[in-house]
Amino acid sequence: METQFSGILTGILAFPFVAAIIILFINKEQKDVIRTIAAFATGASLILAALVFFTYDTEAARTANAGLIDSGSGLLTFQFVDKVTWIKELGVSYQLGVDGLAVPMVLLTGLASFAGVLISWGIEDRVREFMAFFLLLVAGVYGVFMSTDLFLLLFFYELAIFPMYFLIAGWGWVELREYASMKLTLYILIGSVIALVGILVLYFEAGAFFTEHPELQPATSETAYSFDFNHIQYAAQQGAFNEANYLGLGDGVTIARFWFPFIFLGFAVLAGIFPFHNWSPDGHVAAPTAVSMIHAGVLMKLGALTAIRLGVQLLPDGARVHLPWIIFLALVNVVYGAFIAFRQRDFKYVIGFSSVSHMGLVSLGVATMNTTGMTGAGLQMFSHGVMTALFFSCVGMVYDRAHTRDIPSLGGFIKKMPLVAIAFIIGGLVSMGMPGLSGFVAEFPIFVGVWRGIPQAIIDASPTKLTEGGANYYGFIGVAAALGIILTAAYVLRVVGQVFFGEFDEEKFPDIPPIRIQDRVAIYMLTAWLIVLGVYPKLMSDMIESAVQPVVGLLTGSK
Amino acid sequence: MPELMQFNTDDTRGFLAILPEILMTLLVLIVIYMDLFLPPSRRKSVGYMAGVGMLVIGGLAWLLVPADGLKVSEQLVLGGMVRSDDLAKIFKVMVALVGGLTCLMGMGDIRLRYKGEFYALIIIATMGASLLSSAADLVMVFISLETLSISLYVLSGFVRRPETPNPTEEAFASRSAESGMKYFLFGAFTSAFLLYGLSLLYGFSGGHTNIYRIGQALAASDQDTAPIILALMMVAVGFGFKISAVPFHFWTPDVYEGSPTPVTSFISVVSKAASFAVLTRFLLAVFPPEQLISVPLDQYKELSEIWVQLFSILAVITMTLGNIVALSQRNIKRLIAYSSIAQAGYTLMGVAAIATTKSGDGAAAVAYYMFMYVFTNTLFFACLILFTSATGSETIADMAGLSRRNPWVAMGITIALLSLAGIPPTAGFVGKFLLFRAAVDSGLTWLAVFGVLNAIIGLYYYLVVIKVIYVDRSPDEEKPIDLPAPYGFVMAASTVAVVLLGTFLIGPIVNWASEAGLDLFRL
Repeated sequence: METQFSGILTGILAFPFVAAIIILFINKEQKDVIRTIAAFATGASLILAALVFFTYDTEAARTANAGLIDSGSGLLTFQFVDKVTWIKELGVSYQLGVDGLAVPMVLLTGLASFAGVLISWGIEDRVREFMAFFLLLVAGVYGVFMSTDLFLLLFFYELAIFPMYFLIAGWGWVELREYASMKLTLYILIGSVIALVGILVLYFEAGAFFTEHPELQPATSETAYSFDFNHIQYAAQQGAFNEANYLGLGDGVTIARFWFPFIFLGFAVLAGIFPFHNWSPDGHVAAPTAVSMIHAGVLMKLGALTAIRLGVQLLPDGARVHLPWIIFLALVNVVYGAFIAFRQRDFKYVIGFSSVSHMGLVSLGVATMNTTGMTGAGLQMFSHGVMTALFFSCVGMVYDRAHTRDIPSLGGFIKKMPLVAIAFIIGGLVSMGMPGLSGFVAEFPIFVGVWRGIPQAIIDASPTKLTEGGANYYGFIGVAAALGIILTAAYVLRVVGQVFFGEFDEEKFPDIPPIRIQDRVAIYMLTAWLIVLGVYPKLMSDMIESAVQPVVGLLTGSK
Repeated sequence: MPELMQFNTDDTRGFLAILPEILMTLLVLIVIYMDLFLPPSRRKSVGYMAGVGMLVIGGLAWLLVPADGLKVSEQLVLGGMVRSDDLAKIFKVMVALVGGLTCLMGMGDIRLRYKGEFYALIIIATMGASLLSSAADLVMVFISLETLSISLYVLSGFVRRPETPNPTEEAFASRSAESGMKYFLFGAFTSAFLLYGLSLLYGFSGGHTNIYRIGQALAASDQDTAPIILALMMVAVGFGFKISAVPFHFWTPDVYEGSPTPVTSFISVVSKAASFAVLTRFLLAVFPPEQLISVPLDQYKELSEIWVQLFSILAVITMTLGNIVALSQRNIKRLIAYSSIAQAGYTLMGVAAIATTKSGDGAAAVAYYMFMYVFTNTLFFACLILFTSATGSETIADMAGLSRRNPWVAMGITIALLSLAGIPPTAGFVGKFLLFRAAVDSGLTWLAVFGVLNAIIGLYYYLVVIKVIYVDRSPDEEKPIDLPAPYGFVMAASTVAVVLLGTFLIGPIVNWASEAGLDLFRL
């Protein structure tokens, strides 16, 4: 196998990883040294991530994927590729690369992790362990977004879960942390391990297929059995997973159609898809602030992106059959999540359920199977990530000072913490989809996409009843989902009104210390992206579109 | 009659094939000699001699034991008594290294530290295990198995009554004696089954003792299948006991709890690993699948399907029962006993998968899994001994605050438990991945699904222990726990092994394990 190594992505991965190991060997009393190393490592990764974001060549990606876009045949191209053979016997290689969907996610991880370290400056209990686990989590998350080898991807996916457990169980909110951390871990891992079995099935089917038809094997693969993402994806294009009567379940059941729900939903658990969303609000609430930020801001996107990669891109035929009903789950997410958020008394639970609702929009966008909707989904992933990270940092700052998150007993905090209040209001406007902010540029295409429905070409490619019917009810779903936006406005305004405006009770909250400089930096950094993206969406939308077009091509063209 | 399989008569190869065992025998003599003649003030060096000696033997085994992908008849040496292939080599290295680590571990145990017999017995048991992993003859299988077992019975009941009255020590001694007795009775009983099964095979095959000859003879004979299955069942009882597969697991929790902890560690790794080695070899040789039958007959007997079914079911029962019972344990040694039953269940998935994969994926997965498992459990027990000797307690609740008392011990236990749970970047992830991969490859996807669901149950109770260590508070957390030198070494070595096997060393070790798997599929 040819070895490619540009090293930038490896650098992004290595900084937090190496820093985690270094931190373990530092005296635990030197807390500021530990924090500085963590900030340096996440900051360095952020700079590299920004470098990747600004130098990613969208035009080149579009040109290279022309075959996929037009006819649905070809290999997906990744940029900044690092590729070294790792375990030859299994066809595993250390292979990193990013496409237009992954680049914003890498940037998002950089922003949220750097902000997270800054926000955590105030943690005093076992700082060494906290930072080491946090950096390990960040490394795992980066790894998933950048892996283009399925073994490596699963490796990082599971690697990202267990530090999460420690961070929540060890440093989270005392009353809920044990329950929430265990629930979160079990939910996510059950989903992913079942998906893992599915991936193994695909690996062997693809291997068997290419052993039988060596002439079809992509030129980049050396062996018939390989965990290379493109290798298996190419097998799917050639119809390797389309043998009818899989497991004797009837003519309509193929490997792709049987395993798609397990793989897609298995990873979408982490994206909080209904009815497997239950872990997420508890997890968000129980986690310490920085972990909530990573958790809701980045980790849920991990689920969404992996579901798209390993579900939709690997099994286009399965996606064509199943997404038309999965869109109902997404609809429930959007509306139900917003309703529940409206009913919460706990400040943090409002944000927790709002994440469930907003991630429903991402699933909704993916389920449209058209370029507009899926581009919206990609934008929403980034926009929601930054927005939620901002939300949770604001909630954390209020809670650290007020020591309560009970909405009715708070009030008037804009007088004491104007910056936090303004940041929260901007976040709230983003979440309502206010034009001029990133929420609008993300949600608008999603609704347009839903209204347009499944492209006729995709329906023609897979003429099952469900797919054909999908064309009819998508409009209705768009209308119903819009209800979620109204509810979002309701709960955001309610929270803003009750927490930040109104009378401030000097007796109840006698001492409100000022906000640290680190917190300010984090707030400015996150807010800036919400505004910049809202004013100039082209910065990101072109890039995402260049990655989404080949997916639509795959859905149209694959056997 | 088909032509008989020939043996290699090259004496050098034969000598090299059992070189580790020869060296271990010499080491036993040296250790006993040192124990007898050294003054009590210098007794410490006995432990170092045994431990470091075994590690060196492990290294020599890796360098010198011949394994070169030849035909079976070229690899069967010493009159067909042993086969020197990669499977044997990987297990020989494994047990020698872990035997050495166990000796070093014993040096920190107050009840074992100055007892030369302890080290001698550990080395003898390791020798048995080492020989067992290359045994290719019914006689050799039984002798090496008993060498291993009888040493373990003694070791398990090793703690003696103190000369001065001391209630705690007496309780330890009686628990240890009880566990030794239990282990012996159970072991003797199942050995009888095994022996009966072996003698039946000897008879059915027309008087062969070499397992490869038996396999070919059975495949070609016009014998009824039923009695052969009976023999298979009896052999399964014997090996099932050693690997603590359900329903032959009843001794496991009691023996694990009662034995001195270094011995528990040794039983849970070396004895289990060697038994898996012989099990995979034995099944493929005696009841070969289609592609391993050399006789060109129209009607051969395909017996492998039966034991694939048998071991799939055993795997499911073993892992499920082990995991579910482990959920309710409060004593950490009992928890790890049930966990080790569950781990045996996972490994049995690989055993069930060996027959149906031509590439030897199943055997490779078993070899890799055992390789990482022995280091993982050794790491766990090394940390556990430190904890129990500092607190005198074995209950999980008493581990509260451990991360504040000694962060290294806490981290060691955590890494070990994560590896058992199969979470990267530890070796357990790769191990489980290979097992599930082998199961899916053999068309046993349902088995893999059972496996992953069980892995989740396992994760739950491992995480509970980790939670106690990191989250719960305790009044004792200001009292630090010391880390003596031999333990520091054992912990560091096994931690490095567990982490490297899960990251940078995956390639070479998987490569080696695959060679071992392929060896079993050469005729």
